Amino acid sequence: MQIKKYGIIPALALGFAVAMAGSASAQTPGVTDKEIKIGNINPYSGPASAYGTIGKSIAAYFKMVNAEGGINGRMVNFISYDDSYSPPKALEQTRKLVESDNVLLMFQPLGTPGNTAIQGYLNGKKVPQLFVATGATKWGDPKKFPWTMGWQPNYQSEGRIYADYILKNYPNAKIGILFQNDDYGKDYVKGLKDGLGAKAKTMIVSEQPYEVADPTVDSQIIALKASGADVFFNASTPKFAAQSIKKMAEIGWKPAHFLNQVSNSVGGVLKPAGFDNAEGIFSTGYLKDQNDPQWKNDAGMKKWFAFMDKYYPDGDKTSSFNVYGYTVAQNLHKVLLAAGKNLTREGVMKAAASMKDLELDLLLPGIKINTSATDFYPIEQNQMMRFKGGNWEFFGPIISGEVRGS
Amino acid sequence: MKTTSPITTIIAAIGATVITLAQNWKVAGFIFILIIGAIFPLWASGVFTFQISQLLIYAIAIAGLNLLTGFNGQFSLGHSAFYAIGAYVSAVMMTQWDIPFYLTIPIAAAVCFVFGFLFGLPALRLEGIYLALATFALAIATPQILKFKPVEHLTGGVQGLALFHLKPEAPFGLPFDQDQWTFYVTFAVTILMFFIAFSLVNSRSGRAMKAIRDNQIAAKVTGIDLSLFKTLTFGVSALFTGVAGALSAMLIAFVAPDSFQITLAVAIFVGMVVGGVGWIPGAFLGGLFILFVPNIAEHIAFGLAAFFDLIRKVIPFFPSIGEQSAKGLTGTVYGVFLILLIYIMPSGLAGLLRLAVQRLARARG
Repeated sequence: MQIKKYGIIPALALGFAVAMAGSASAQTPGVTDKEIKIGNINPYSGPASAYGTIGKSIAAYFKMVNAEGGINGRMVNFISYDDSYSPPKALEQTRKLVESDNVLLMFQPLGTPGNTAIQGYLNGKKVPQLFVATGATKWGDPKKFPWTMGWQPNYQSEGRIYADYILKNYPNAKIGILFQNDDYGKDYVKGLKDGLGAKAKTMIVSEQPYEVADPTVDSQIIALKASGADVFFNASTPKFAAQSIKKMAEIGWKPAHFLNQVSNSVGGVLKPAGFDNAEGIFSTGYLKDQNDPQWKNDAGMKKWFAFMDKYYPDGDKTSSFNVYGYTVAQNLHKVLLAAGKNLTREGVMKAAASMKDLELDLLLPGIKINTSATDFYPIEQNQMMRFKGGNWEFFGPIISGEVRGS
Repeated sequence: MKTTSPITTIIAAIGATVITLAQNWKVAGFIFILIIGAIFPLWASGVFTFQISQLLIYAIAIAGLNLLTGFNGQFSLGHSAFYAIGAYVSAVMMTQWDIPFYLTIPIAAAVCFVFGFLFGLPALRLEGIYLALATFALAIATPQILKFKPVEHLTGGVQGLALFHLKPEAPFGLPFDQDQWTFYVTFAVTILMFFIAFSLVNSRSGRAMKAIRDNQIAAKVTGIDLSLFKTLTFGVSALFTGVAGALSAMLIAFVAPDSFQITLAVAIFVGMVVGGVGWIPGAFLGGLFILFVPNIAEHIAFGLAAFFDLIRKVIPFFPSIGEQSAKGLTGTVYGVFLILLIYIMPSGLAGLLRLAVQRLARARG
């Protein structure tokens, strides 16, 4: 057929038709007298789309900021693209944001793989990669990556906190571990093992991995019970955490249960698992839980509920992701205020690296954000808590589980 | 115009060449593409160059699948596995053994050929949807195997391997930045791979492949070794996709199991169907679709939300999507696009083009 010969030409011609050009100005990219452009990527579609609500709550937060007059007179233009949790797409969308939308900075890109894919590019271009949405331990390395900063307490430091507690209170424990077979689960296990030190080998009697695509973790829980473990370290995501709590009650296994904070949502995990089954579980926290009645009259929490009603009415008020999104956006808000009227990429990075005892609406009382030129881990504190009668009860001091990434 | 006579000579010469070339479409088209490829990155922005490189890489992978499905009648929903193997072979060799990138492409190709050939052996016993299911399993298994403990020290496990510092620079002090050079390398490999693809389908072996697709028994009667050709096609198909994977490792400068999920296999499959099953250049249209349509869908979902809000100003009880929920509609819009496309052009964009040319020809006379 004749047509076969023309094939490639229309394809390339079409390609040209989609052409675009980014014009660079002498000023700081993404900043005019009236506007600050902030870039973000989130998984709005694909396997991790449950996290997408974080991006949406951040967008809603900046809508509120704009309604209240913006930041130093400038409106925030929050541009968020979908990366479907795919690293190549994350890089493509980030490049679009930086080179064609000309954003001032990348804020809260979500996921460890996506952030790794864009880290080299952003640091090469000297574009801030601020407050990445991942608890992996490698995001605070200002020597190698001076433009990248984490935010939430990292998984390893949390694992260490549990290890310390176990060593003190259950010195002869036989520990069983359930973990998700990916970077997140493995980071937790590493933190726990590092914390236990030389005793890890003798204390840990069983390690049960599961895949994120598995339908249940029933068989893992049965295996853990059979191992004779009397302390259970549960590094699973919400769905699996609820399943495991239920299954444990079903088969009558009652170890001291340490549940990672990823899954300590009252509404999302403990309620579906049954409050009776969840009684006595240990965890740690740094954010207030909006489903926990003890914060009902808390000023910060009231602000959050008003915010959700007005600016994110479709949002799920029981989802802790929306608390997270609000809080991290508030942190950036404070950083941009501190960076002052004369915004530059260097200035923003400097402001982010000099936060001092910063408190936010929804951080637990006593938890303060501190950074410095050598400390790129904003939140490093947690508090131990125990589940009692449908509530988290905090106990003990605010603990720093400082772990420096490699 | 006496003073400009040298220029007129040149113009005349060019004109003569153009006329000669016009009589030989293939050569003319090829030279045209070469010229476009050569000047394109000098003119386009960095991010656009990057996107077109990605498009070419997808096109190679889609062409690989098309050789298998379009020309040999074997289904695969598992080509993300070969893409992953190609990417990882390249990345592991670069990071662990300091092998230069260019050398890793042929090695990745060879490894993928062997993998594809071996997978083609059991695939011989499977037909149609059963083969699709078996390859689907391959796509599911590969990301997990990549983070399996015994190979973790090579593959970097879930963390993957970062290659930013290993991205090849333009050699001999050529004045190209990394985006431009990456494009040129990708472009050169693309031309080579499509040259191979075209030659293959028009060769004796290509005819054997097509004969098997059209009627296995008849093909066998004419003396074609069915198992040999089917497994070889599987190998070649995997080779193409593996080369695409190796190029993607260089372009993205990062490999991780999350980059090669089942969604990639589906994307390659969609690209093939959209471009046109059994039509090699369709791979570029397919690549164009899987690269840009999700982005366009995102903008449309957003526009839709704005449109609904506009209607709400007139009809107050009209439902609102809201800017935030619009974000979740991207996948839906993409799906609608796909359904419409298959409905309007059942044989892909290739079929549409063919139809248009036929109509034009009929209209003329």
